[in-house]
Amino acid sequence: MAFKHKHLLGIQTLTSSEIITVLDTAESFYEISTREVKKVPTLRGKTIINLFFEPSTRTRSSFELAAKRLSADIVNFNQQASSSVKGESLKDTILNLEAMNPDAIVIRHSCSGVPYFTTTFCKSHIINAGDGSHEHPTQALLDAFTIRQEKKNFKDLKVTIVGDILHSRVARSNIFLLRKLGARVILVGPPPLLPLEFKNFGVDIDFNLDRALEGADVIMMLRIQLERQQKNYFPSIREYRNLYSLTEKRFQRAKKKAIIMHPGPINRGVEISADMADSAKSVILKQVENGIAVRMAVLYLLLGGKEREAFD
Amino acid sequence: MAEKIKAKIMDSHKIKRAIQRMTTEIIERNRNLKNLVVVGIRTRGIYLGKRISKLIKELEKRDIPVGVLDITLYRDDFSESEAQHMVKKTEINFSVAKKDVLLVDDVLFTGRTIRAAMDSLIDLGRPKTIQLLVLIDRGHRELPIRADYVGKFLPTSKREVVQVQLKEIDKIDEVLITEPPGMK
Repeated sequence: MAFKHKHLLGIQTLTSSEIITVLDTAESFYEISTREVKKVPTLRGKTIINLFFEPSTRTRSSFELAAKRLSADIVNFNQQASSSVKGESLKDTILNLEAMNPDAIVIRHSCSGVPYFTTTFCKSHIINAGDGSHEHPTQALLDAFTIRQEKKNFKDLKVTIVGDILHSRVARSNIFLLRKLGARVILVGPPPLLPLEFKNFGVDIDFNLDRALEGADVIMMLRIQLERQQKNYFPSIREYRNLYSLTEKRFQRAKKKAIIMHPGPINRGVEISADMADSAKSVILKQVENGIAVRMAVLYLLLGGKEREAFD
Repeated sequence: MAEKIKAKIMDSHKIKRAIQRMTTEIIERNRNLKNLVVVGIRTRGIYLGKRISKLIKELEKRDIPVGVLDITLYRDDFSESEAQHMVKKTEINFSVAKKDVLLVDDVLFTGRTIRAAMDSLIDLGRPKTIQLLVLIDRGHRELPIRADYVGKFLPTSKREVVQVQLKEIDKIDEVLITEPPGMK
């Protein structure tokens, strides 16, 4: 099954077989990072720009290593050091970078839709590395890759996603992906951070964590995104912790072989207790490791083959 | 539209004899069999490699490890082909450094696959030697590459396709010359 998209803007536009293609391809790339010489010549001569308007450690360095292990040249561009602080508009910044003839631009921005907007005037392949509270497709793909390593099959898997659903692009991308692959998704969080409209995505909603953990195969904890909260969505961190923190005791309600995931960065003692984050059930660092293989697969699939028209 | 079969070049008997002869040649040339490892190029090179390893075991009581090499990431036509080639796993669970590596493929044609395979192997370690075994050498080389062990030399025209089928995945052992549909 070929992958025909020019850009990766979100999971919503992918079919389940395209998702499987990415995961299968990532499977093959995984081994490269275990070699002594962690490099293949595949993307030699290609230039990729990492354009991050929001802070990031994992995603940015993961894309950077993925590109380097494929022999592409990658330039990092971060907001603090850029001309956007001198008042340059977003479009001008991107047009200037585009003038340097990159083959792909990896974009993160705090506004939803920026990667899509970029495709309307840019020739390069655009990869969404997280836009506002819209999507974070490579995160969902690496999460799926990690789940598949542990659980083999998505059909009828019970996945509980906990936390600030309202602001989470990770949650949205994961909901789209998991539903396409046939998993059951239950969202949990404080009511102000969990709008009932999410039911339209084919998921269940619960406000009680203990109940939602019952029989879960996968538990995905999200960070409370204080930087996105202008209002007070819950009374205090302490209350949030009492109601929605994943503790050893709560974890007992999930299946024996359940795994704990977190897109990072984690706030120990807030959404997850320190001993749960470090427990054998946690695959949090595995997710980070898998991120490189998945991003290598994405770069390979988008940049491979002849130039193609966008049909996203 | 199926392709047209022009001729059957080898049957299971002939394939078996060719593999037996080549295995004898390998044993003759590699006096230090302890140092020999087999690397099969996806897909059919794997099965040929496994058959050879098994035969060496029968004849010389030596276990020769067999690895699997996927050359997709080393292809030289990355930006030219219509769609991306699907990448599969390279599975070589032993070190190739300082080893005598027997590279195995089904058909030797332009030589570009072998160039990619050698580059890929050398990235995994520095082999002492690399030898090449192919079941069919059909000519039309585009690079200065030749095989050390050849099952059969087969003069072909460029538009013909040589199809090696092996029991392990094709349910039958045979070598066919076919022509793609729409060609005269």
